[in-house]
Amino acid sequence: MAQTATHAEQQQHPIKLYLVVWGLLFVLSALSYLVDYLELQGYLRWSLILVFMMLKAGLIVAIFMHMAWERLALTYAILLPPLLVLVFVAIMVSESNYTVLTRTMFFGAAP
Amino acid sequence: MTETTQTQTSGLLPRPGGLRGVAADWASDQRTFKSVSWGKAMMWIFLLSDTFVFGCFLIAYMTARMSTVVPWPNPSEVFALTIAGHEIPLILIAIMTFVLISSSGTMAMAVNFGYRRDRRKTAALLLVTALFGATFVGMQAFEWTKLITEGVRPWGNPWGAAQFGSSFFMITGFHGTHVTFGVIFLLIIARKVLRGDFDVERRGFFTSRKGNYEIVEILGLYWHFVDLVWVFIFAFFYLW
Repeated sequence: MAQTATHAEQQQHPIKLYLVVWGLLFVLSALSYLVDYLELQGYLRWSLILVFMMLKAGLIVAIFMHMAWERLALTYAILLPPLLVLVFVAIMVSESNYTVLTRTMFFGAAP
Repeated sequence: MTETTQTQTSGLLPRPGGLRGVAADWASDQRTFKSVSWGKAMMWIFLLSDTFVFGCFLIAYMTARMSTVVPWPNPSEVFALTIAGHEIPLILIAIMTFVLISSSGTMAMAVNFGYRRDRRKTAALLLVTALFGATFVGMQAFEWTKLITEGVRPWGNPWGAAQFGSSFFMITGFHGTHVTFGVIFLLIIARKVLRGDFDVERRGFFTSRKGNYEIVEILGLYWHFVDLVWVFIFAFFYLW
């Protein structure tokens, strides 16, 4: 009984949806490769890399991994915790700045 | 009997939507992840822990790169290949990206055909996915060989900051291991599908549980995650 219930809850999506997402991922990958190929630099390069990365990650998680159709209780349980990694990133950015500062100050290397 | 009652109850009581629904699902003594089998929920939680593993690797790489006073080697030049006399930047990595994305596409379709109980198409797509995965690992082995012959070591390289080698070998090595294990599991599940295990609900070798096509989706979650990690490695290690 529980088995059949689980199966009934599995949504069927047309194959076309996966092909479209596949194509989009190809386009986004090509665009992020172009960022390097065209030798864009500075904030333009970094922001484009991040935008294409987030779009690709979003498509994979939402469509390929079916997160868009899961219950919110699961979505939040899985997608919110990784955001805390950003706190760790912030801590390590400040730590790296401190390390590079002491290295330049006490070892005299040019930054 | 108990399970029947549970299923009916969850069908009878409509849950509120949005955050109120999340609170309702998590509140009181009940099954939190409704409509998700234990296998799928556990795979998601495993993937969450794996996210932290790769998150720590990427943060370690960021810290090394931000805190070194020696210039970082330019990945665009390090990973360039000379094809027909032209030096094309990062081309091997770009091809690897396309291969892995294609494998994710075939995997998603395998899951779809699995739920339609199309035994042959599911098995064929799983085998294609495994083939793409093996191609990816092969190209990575080629890349490692190329870099090692050029003198990249975990403790140094000819172009700049020594941490480049250690970050590269650790991050891509761990990712390659994940892909390799994925390929092994893809082959195991493809064999089970092809043999019709999930049509006749043959019992598993280790677990003695009746198999069904949901295992294809659970394996798919793992495989898409491997692709997902590559998206971040590609952005932060190769492009940045």
